[in-house]
Amino acid sequence: MSKLLDLQFLAGHAHYLLFIVLMMTGLFIVVDKTNLVKKIVGLNIFQVSVFMFYVSIGKVKGGTAPIFPMDDKYHVDTAAMAGQVYSNPLPHVLILTAIVVGIATTSLGLALIVRIRESFDTIDEEDILAIEQDMTREDNKKHGNAMGGLA
Amino acid sequence: MADTAQVVEHTARTLRDHLPVLQVLVPFVTAPLIVLLGSRRLAWPLAFIASAVALVISFIMLMEVREGGMLTYTMGGWAPPLGIEYRVDAANAFVLLLISLIGTVVLPFAYASFRDEIKSRDHTLMYACWMLCFTGLLGMVATGDAFNVFVFLEISSLSTYVLVAMGADRDRRALTAAYDYLIMGTIGATFFVIGLGMLYMATGTLNMADMADRIADQGMNRTVRSGFAFIMVGMGLKVAMFPLHLWLPKAYTFAPSAVTVFLSATATKAALYVMMRFTFSVYNPDFAFATNTLEIIFIPLAVIAMFSASFVAVFQTNFKRMLAYSSIAQVGYMLLGVALLTDTGLTAAILHMFNHGLTKGLLFMGVGAYVLRANGSFYTQIAGLGRKMPITTGAVVIGGLSLIGVPGTAGFISKWILVEAALERAPEHAMFLAIAVAIVLSSLLAVVYVWRAFEVLYLSEPDPNSTATEAPLMMLIPMWILAGGCIWFGFSTELLHDTAVQAANGLLQGSQGMLVIPDQGGAH
Repeated sequence: MSKLLDLQFLAGHAHYLLFIVLMMTGLFIVVDKTNLVKKIVGLNIFQVSVFMFYVSIGKVKGGTAPIFPMDDKYHVDTAAMAGQVYSNPLPHVLILTAIVVGIATTSLGLALIVRIRESFDTIDEEDILAIEQDMTREDNKKHGNAMGGLA
Repeated sequence: MADTAQVVEHTARTLRDHLPVLQVLVPFVTAPLIVLLGSRRLAWPLAFIASAVALVISFIMLMEVREGGMLTYTMGGWAPPLGIEYRVDAANAFVLLLISLIGTVVLPFAYASFRDEIKSRDHTLMYACWMLCFTGLLGMVATGDAFNVFVFLEISSLSTYVLVAMGADRDRRALTAAYDYLIMGTIGATFFVIGLGMLYMATGTLNMADMADRIADQGMNRTVRSGFAFIMVGMGLKVAMFPLHLWLPKAYTFAPSAVTVFLSATATKAALYVMMRFTFSVYNPDFAFATNTLEIIFIPLAVIAMFSASFVAVFQTNFKRMLAYSSIAQVGYMLLGVALLTDTGLTAAILHMFNHGLTKGLLFMGVGAYVLRANGSFYTQIAGLGRKMPITTGAVVIGGLSLIGVPGTAGFISKWILVEAALERAPEHAMFLAIAVAIVLSSLLAVVYVWRAFEVLYLSEPDPNSTATEAPLMMLIPMWILAGGCIWFGFSTELLHDTAVQAANGLLQGSQGMLVIPDQGGAH
C-alpha cells in the first residue's frame, strides 16, 4: 500500500466506493435542497445506498447454502465451489425489511408534505422558515412580556 | 431412531415462559385490533388494557431478573444464533418497566387531553398509533437481535412522526416539526443500519450475544470500529445527544400534550438503553476505542449539553418549550453517567433514566393540564394559575423540585449518585473533579428555570379574563401517581437503586455471550 493509488485495491472495493458516493450524494441532497420533496428523494438515495451495501456484502466467494443432508451421502465438493460466488440470503431478507421501512418512511414524508402544502401554501423550506419566524415573533410579541418584559 | 436431530422434544411451556414475547406482542396485536374494530368507544379501553397487561408483565419479569440472571425466549423455537432471541436481564427489565409504567399511567391523561386537542374522528387511529409506538419502544428494549432493534426502532419512530404531526390541529408548526424529525430520525436509523451491516460483515451474525463473542475473539479491526461510530451517531440522533438534538425542542413543543408526555418519558430512554447495550454488551468496554470515544467525545458533549441547554431553557417564554430544552440537558446527565465507565456512573445513568422519566412525564402532564384549561402554556397564559389550579400546580411543584434535584425527591438520588461517580474517579484526573462541580453548577441553572416557572405560576397576577378551573380527575390522578413516585423514590431508594446496580453490573460485565445456556424457552 505504498503506492498513492492502488488500482487493484480500488477495483476490488468498487462496490464500497459506489456505496460511499451514493450515500454522500443522498446526504448532500437532504442537507442542501430546500424543496421538501427533493429532500425525500435524497433520503431515498441515501437509503438505497445502504441497501446496496448490504446486498454486496451478501456475496461470498466459495460459499454454499448451509443445507447439508443428515446422512452425509452427498459429498460437498469444495474444490468445485472455490470459484463460485454464492449469495447469502440473509442480507437480502434484511434489506427486504429495510425497503418496506423505506417505503413507509417515504409515504409518510410525502403525506406530511401534502399537509404542509395545505397549511403553509409552499413546500420550500426557506419560505416555511420565514413564515414560522413570523409566527414566533408574533408569539413573542403577545407572550414575551412575562416576567416584566425581561424574557 | 439413531438420528438425534430428528427427535423433536416437546416441552410443556407455561404462560410464564412466554412473558418476554408477550410483553411486545400484546400491544402489537392491540394496534390493528383497534383499527379493525374502528370503534371510538372501544379504542381507549383496549389500549389501556393492553398497556396495563404490559405493565404487569414487565413487573413480573423485573422481579424475576432483579437478583441477576436473564430470561430468554427463542422465536418459533429456533435456537439463538440463527433464530431471533429475546433476552431480558435486569437492565432491559428496568427500562421495560419504565416504558410500560409511563404508557399505562399516561393513557387516562391522554384520554382527557386528546378529547380537547384532537378532532374526535382521529381518536381511534391515534390510539392505534400510540399502541404501535408503545410496541416499538418495548420491542427495541426486549429483543436480543440487533436487526430486530432496527425494525422496532422504525416502528416506534414512524408512529411517533404521525403522533407529533397530529399537533397540527392546534398549531400548524407541528407538521414541519414532524417532517424535520422524520428526516433526522431516518438518517439516524439508517446510520444505525450501516453500523449493523459492518458488524454483520465482520461477525456473520445478528444475535447481539453471539456478536459480542465473535468481536471478542477476533479483536478490533477497522470494520468493527467504523460500525461502532455509525451506531453511536445513529443512536445519538435518537437520544438527542447534544449536537444531534435539533429535532427535539420543536417536536416536543408542537406535539399534542399527551404525546409529548409519552415521548419525553420513554423514547429517548429506550434509545439510550440501546446505546448502552451496544457500548457495553456488544462491544466490550475493554476495547480502547470504545473507552476513548466515551471519555473524549461523550463527556465534553454531555457537559456542554448540561450547560447550554439549561441556559437556553432559562430564556424561554413557553413552559413546554422550556421543559423540552431541559430534557436535552437531562440527557446530558445520563450520557455523562454512561461515559464515566464505572459501576456507579452507570447506576446513576440508569437511575436517572427512570427518575427523569417520572419527573418529565409529570411536568409535561402539568403543561397538558394548563393547555386544557388556559389554552396554552406560554408564561403569560399560565400566570397565576397556581391559585386557580392548586392541585395541578402542586404536582408541578413536586416535579420541578425533582427536576432540580432537591433532597427528598427522586431527582436528588440520581444526581447525588452521579456526583459520587464523578468524585470516585477524581483521584485519577482533576478533570473528574471539575465534572462533579459542573453537575452541581448546571443544577443551579435548573433552579433558575424552574423558579421562573414557579414565580409565574404563583406570584404573577392571573389574567382577569381567565376562566381556568382545576383540571379534571382523569388528569389529576395520573399526575399525582407520578408525583407520588417522585417523592416515594426520593425516600425509599432500595428497590430502584438495587435494581439499577444489578443492571449496571450486568451491562459492565459485557455480554455473557452465547455460552450461557438459556434458563427456559431455549431449544434443547
